[in-house]
Amino acid sequence: MGLQGRAAITGVADFKNERKYTGKRKFYTEQWAELTQLAITDAGLSKQDIDGLCCASIPESSMFAPATIAEYLGLRVNFAEMVDLGGASSVSMIWRAAAAIELGLCEAVVCAAPGLPIPSNPNPPRRDPTRLFGSVSANWGSPQTEFDVPYGNVAQNAGYALIAQRYAATYGYDERALAKIAADQRTNAQGNPNAVFYGQPITIDDVLQSKMIADPLHILEIVMPCAGGCAVVVVSDRLAKKCRHRPVHITGCGEHLTTRSVTYAEDMTVTPVGPAAASAFRMSGKSPRDIDVLEAYDCYTITVLLTIEDSGFCNKGEGIAFVNENDLTFAGSFPVNTHGGQLGAGQAAGMAGGMSQPVEGVRQIMGRAEGRQVPHCDTALVTGTGGIMSEQSAIILEGA
Amino acid sequence: MDFPRPLPVPTPTTEPFWNGLAEGQVRLQQCDDCDAWVFYPRSHCNACLSPNLTWKTVSGKGTIYSFTVARRPTAPQFADDIPQLIAVIELNEGVRLNSVMVNIDPTALAVGLAVKPVFHRQDGSTLLYFEPD
Repeated sequence: MGLQGRAAITGVADFKNERKYTGKRKFYTEQWAELTQLAITDAGLSKQDIDGLCCASIPESSMFAPATIAEYLGLRVNFAEMVDLGGASSVSMIWRAAAAIELGLCEAVVCAAPGLPIPSNPNPPRRDPTRLFGSVSANWGSPQTEFDVPYGNVAQNAGYALIAQRYAATYGYDERALAKIAADQRTNAQGNPNAVFYGQPITIDDVLQSKMIADPLHILEIVMPCAGGCAVVVVSDRLAKKCRHRPVHITGCGEHLTTRSVTYAEDMTVTPVGPAAASAFRMSGKSPRDIDVLEAYDCYTITVLLTIEDSGFCNKGEGIAFVNENDLTFAGSFPVNTHGGQLGAGQAAGMAGGMSQPVEGVRQIMGRAEGRQVPHCDTALVTGTGGIMSEQSAIILEGA
Repeated sequence: MDFPRPLPVPTPTTEPFWNGLAEGQVRLQQCDDCDAWVFYPRSHCNACLSPNLTWKTVSGKGTIYSFTVARRPTAPQFADDIPQLIAVIELNEGVRLNSVMVNIDPTALAVGLAVKPVFHRQDGSTLLYFEPD
């Protein structure tokens, strides 16, 4: 049961991450067209090959996003899905695409996540600034509106700080180890000219001396928002033979979610990536020992620490020792987020930040990671995280 | 720009909870069928999906499950509250809720600290804050 590894990623595309985007603004439909064109060209496919798409929501159309995209691009698709799993959406799009291909529904699925600014609306709709709380709902009847927002537990920083503080009380804390995650990933970003922090390495002390935002999280342990966007093409084995690069097979997947607000998580320090990664490993027949690179969703340093533990790379509560004992850079003993991650390369808007991790895993396995290439890289674990550890997904990527 | 504080607007299901706070009482739902305590208020028990829930008045005492000291406002509406002492409280019944700690120095915040309720009145609403017990 499960994925048989008969679908592979054969093409990727991304826009350069930029903190202050000065280029032409584009609608998400337009970015979808551009990313699709770039990704299928990279794969060596043509538009006629595409018969599936997976998207996240698009600002142009609050409903019917897949049909809007198919129509705009002139695609005839036999599989269409809009995934609503926050930062986990991208990884979840990819396994859905692989599953649809293995079922025989389709042969080539584009999964894209635009994240460049859209044009300024000449007739902006009236927005109520008193009711904007980031990704937390402000709609009447939503539990978040009623039981999170009035207490100020809104947006992401507070929630991840609560997780880190609980972790510290349960297992102990070494702020230098958490800072090392940010510093090592920043080193990785020095091999990625598309990273917003390219040319700007940092040390552990830089992280610890940066502003405290919500104890114990410093600003350099929190992602930098930016403009960007990425896409992958997932294809059948048959089409993979036509493609230009080493096919990267999706051999395992998993997904898990229980709560929107981490307040109600059974244990704040035990994250949904555990069951998600376990499913992915079981399906692929791989174990954590087999993984050459970990591309872990990294909205915060604590997310990476808990992903390392809960995916099974070390025992629960031993993540800090593991980080201290390992070099997480692309040249190191345990390469993590080799493109810099979102901490080092920037978190592109929309759901694009979470697509950067699968794109990097693919580049590593294809041997196209240039100045940050991990030698002999055949197998990657890629994770996605949405909300406040609300939802997580995992895929295993393997080179043919 | 002035940002008014976001206050809860009760629903038919949650109204007994908020009315309880206005009267200085913490009320929770308990499942008649599996005895689970339920928070936030729901139409069905989130342990067994039974619709048979009964409101009960509890002490409101518990402990800090986790906390943070937000040094930047989590939203512009909370700019006057910096630093925000955001806490997740575990009530003695085992349910957890979001709250704010008051009457405590931020350096005294600790996971496991015993707390008791403070009925914080604001603009016609009553929020459930906590202080050291």
